[in-house]
Amino acid sequence: MWQYTLKRLLQGVITVWFIATATFLAMHSVPGDPISGERAATEAIRANLAARYGLDKPLGEQYVIYIGNFLKGDFGISFTQQNRQVNDIIREHFPVSATLGILAVLFAALGGVLWGALTAIYRNRLPDTIIMFLVILGISVPSFVFAALGQLALVNINNFFGVSILPVAGWGTVSHMIVPALVLGMGTMAYLTRLMRSSMLEIIHSDYVRTAKAKGLPAERIFLKHQLRNAILPVVTVLGPAIAAITTGGFVVELVFAIPGLGRYFVQAVQQLDYTVIMGTTVFYGSFLVFMVILVDLLYGWIDPRVRVQ
Amino acid sequence: MQEPISTEEGFTRSAVKQLAVFSVLAVLVIVAVMYALNFIAGLTGSDSQSAAGAVDIENNEISVFLRQDPPQLDSTRSTDVVSGTVLGHVMEGLLRYDENFEITAGLAERWEIEGTKATFWLREDARWSNGEAITAHDFVFAWRTTLDPAVGSQYAFIFYPIKNAEAANTGDMPLESVGVRALDDRTLEVELEQPIAYFDKLVAFSTYFPISEEFYESTNGRYGAEAESLLYSGPFRMTSWVHGASIRFEKNPYYWDADNIHLDAINIAYITEDTNTLLNLYKDSRIALVDLTAEMLEGAMQQRWHLDRFMDGSVFYIEFNHRPGRLSTNLNLRKALRYAQDDGELVDRVIKLPGYLPAKSVFPVWLRGVEDTFREEYPAPESEYNVALAREYLEKAKQELGITEFPPIVLLADTSPVATISSQYYQEVYKKNLGLDIVIDPQIFRQRLAKMSSGDFDLVLSGWGPDYNDPLTFADLFASWNLNNRGHFDNAELDAQVRIAQNSMDQRVRMDAFGKIQDILFDEVVFIGNYERGRVYATNPQVKGILRRAIGAETDFTRAYIVPESTAP
Repeated sequence: MWQYTLKRLLQGVITVWFIATATFLAMHSVPGDPISGERAATEAIRANLAARYGLDKPLGEQYVIYIGNFLKGDFGISFTQQNRQVNDIIREHFPVSATLGILAVLFAALGGVLWGALTAIYRNRLPDTIIMFLVILGISVPSFVFAALGQLALVNINNFFGVSILPVAGWGTVSHMIVPALVLGMGTMAYLTRLMRSSMLEIIHSDYVRTAKAKGLPAERIFLKHQLRNAILPVVTVLGPAIAAITTGGFVVELVFAIPGLGRYFVQAVQQLDYTVIMGTTVFYGSFLVFMVILVDLLYGWIDPRVRVQ
Repeated sequence: MQEPISTEEGFTRSAVKQLAVFSVLAVLVIVAVMYALNFIAGLTGSDSQSAAGAVDIENNEISVFLRQDPPQLDSTRSTDVVSGTVLGHVMEGLLRYDENFEITAGLAERWEIEGTKATFWLREDARWSNGEAITAHDFVFAWRTTLDPAVGSQYAFIFYPIKNAEAANTGDMPLESVGVRALDDRTLEVELEQPIAYFDKLVAFSTYFPISEEFYESTNGRYGAEAESLLYSGPFRMTSWVHGASIRFEKNPYYWDADNIHLDAINIAYITEDTNTLLNLYKDSRIALVDLTAEMLEGAMQQRWHLDRFMDGSVFYIEFNHRPGRLSTNLNLRKALRYAQDDGELVDRVIKLPGYLPAKSVFPVWLRGVEDTFREEYPAPESEYNVALAREYLEKAKQELGITEFPPIVLLADTSPVATISSQYYQEVYKKNLGLDIVIDPQIFRQRLAKMSSGDFDLVLSGWGPDYNDPLTFADLFASWNLNNRGHFDNAELDAQVRIAQNSMDQRVRMDAFGKIQDILFDEVVFIGNYERGRVYATNPQVKGILRRAIGAETDFTRAYIVPESTAP
């Protein structure tokens, strides 16, 4: 087990190093000058700015310095917010994205299990048809449409009742979290519903369920212990990557609901050629993703010894 | 032990019952997790946002929005409109613009600009937000810091009219040689390179704001990064700044003119550039002002919202590459390109954003002339949409260039939506009217600038925003020495007129020079105007005294006040 853990961690470190190097090279080959501004600067000022960010050194040396700082956990100062550390940006904004991501996954997982089980029980009957139609919608409609529609609905509801039931946008209280998390989790919820449905259908018709019924076990016990518990396993396995994917993919929802998450910095930095923020957020998100995958792998190894042997 | 169930229907009913229990538990779990996460967030210090409405009569405060988190509140390095808007509320310099856009006394109670010498006398009650006196030394420190080559400020050039400032900025002379001195705590003396007519307007610009040296040093390079790492000299002070989420301004009790500041607080409750979100927030009475897009306008008029319009100051145009060997150096080709397009069509039919005007001149409509606006006194030469004329010029261009067919012409442009549709418009009309192939080269903003600087374009969609309320802020754009003249236009007559406008103290002489510059730019087809940017916006009828302007704080709530009797939107 320890050997397996160590091996996976080592692979993870190499993956993160690879991400960091690839980002560094890609970023420097994107055309454009990160220290240019609308107001043209004299050569002397440009040189000073380049020196401050170490851009005056050859690329190889920049790479060594950058990997060195990265090992020390220092991503440097932002190019656009020249008095803000990239570390501060990640520290202040990642918890917001993570909160939103965790909630969205929770919505998706609990909802997916519920709807999936329900459709399997009512297979080919009206509830199944309705829910599966909604699932197709949920999978095919992008989140920005849900975000815009959700927000419009909130405005109309608030106007109708004449009081603010739920805030239209913003961040800071529990009531601000509900709609954005729902919107963000919608696609995953639809996906998990389908997963749960097929897995549940398989089990409903399995031999051991039939045996349990024949034995005359109580219906509650059959449903809970024999069906639900076994059907849920595939859902659990996709949760780790889903948390990472949702947390890193909230840019649009963050923009529409005016939420101060890291996603906005991640996307804007690329548009503004903010080298240090691009590097910081990419490496951070990359490590986060790799970590989640390793975590799931380790849990697998713990649950199923056959994985370790491979 | 319960009775065993034998029918399929019975199993289903039992399962649904259990799923109902599951869903109740699920809701409980979600609620518990939400509160737990919120609790953890509270521990890590991100402030809870107040759910106040657009207008809070009881506490005498309003809520508004910003398009983005202010990138830079260190006034020595700030360059953008959003930071400028925030700084305009919390900072003040020696002079400021009043409600009528005229220069008036700020921290200086009086001033004298005589020849190359300018003297400012600070108010006795000019104080920082911590109660300490604002002294002339604070100005000397801020100005020298901006000019310090090590700081690398992009706006250092705004000090260049001051003696030795340019030499100090390039590192050729020590910072101490810059012509700004504190005669005593309350007297600031400035020595200029030569007399200039608009120095009072420069002094109102945010780069000229004071900074307390002691405080600046105490922030360890983080001056302006957080609400606590700034000291305020303006009508408001920032009491909280949650990056990307909210900012709160509270009335600065130490501000010298606090009696004339009516609001107790301004909440920037939302930070997003999503126009639909902002409209929804306005409809939900969360913000007191909203900018409208074309499709929102009809609904706003039906609702009888209170609408206003203002020009944000910027003007956009096509610039040409005048480097030798480029086709765009040919005057007849440039004339053909001008007559083959219709800026009215571009603005009204293509861009369709409310508040935009066709750009008839590089000098926008709102600039002041001698008595009236500059454009009233010096009307821009009229162009016309004339395809036949355009084709004539194109034929002449072909003969001069000795070619029968034009190779594709490169139009460099930003990737913004407006730049994209504008470039497509030009591509289409030039193909249709002149048979020219335009190749659009879409680039992100910084790469567009890089390509402009290296001369890698024929035509480029470009634009300019003003720094001070004088036509010179636009007039020197195409001067041969200007680094922003990235197309390398070089015209001795234009250069001479810019020098006159820079050096003369007589407004009539200066405006005549600007008029001549306007004519040269037209005759030589140095640019093809696209549009002047404006905005149409709705305001909550309970809030009065909001100013929107082209220079300084784009939206200025400092002198706003609440009128309680009006009804909400």
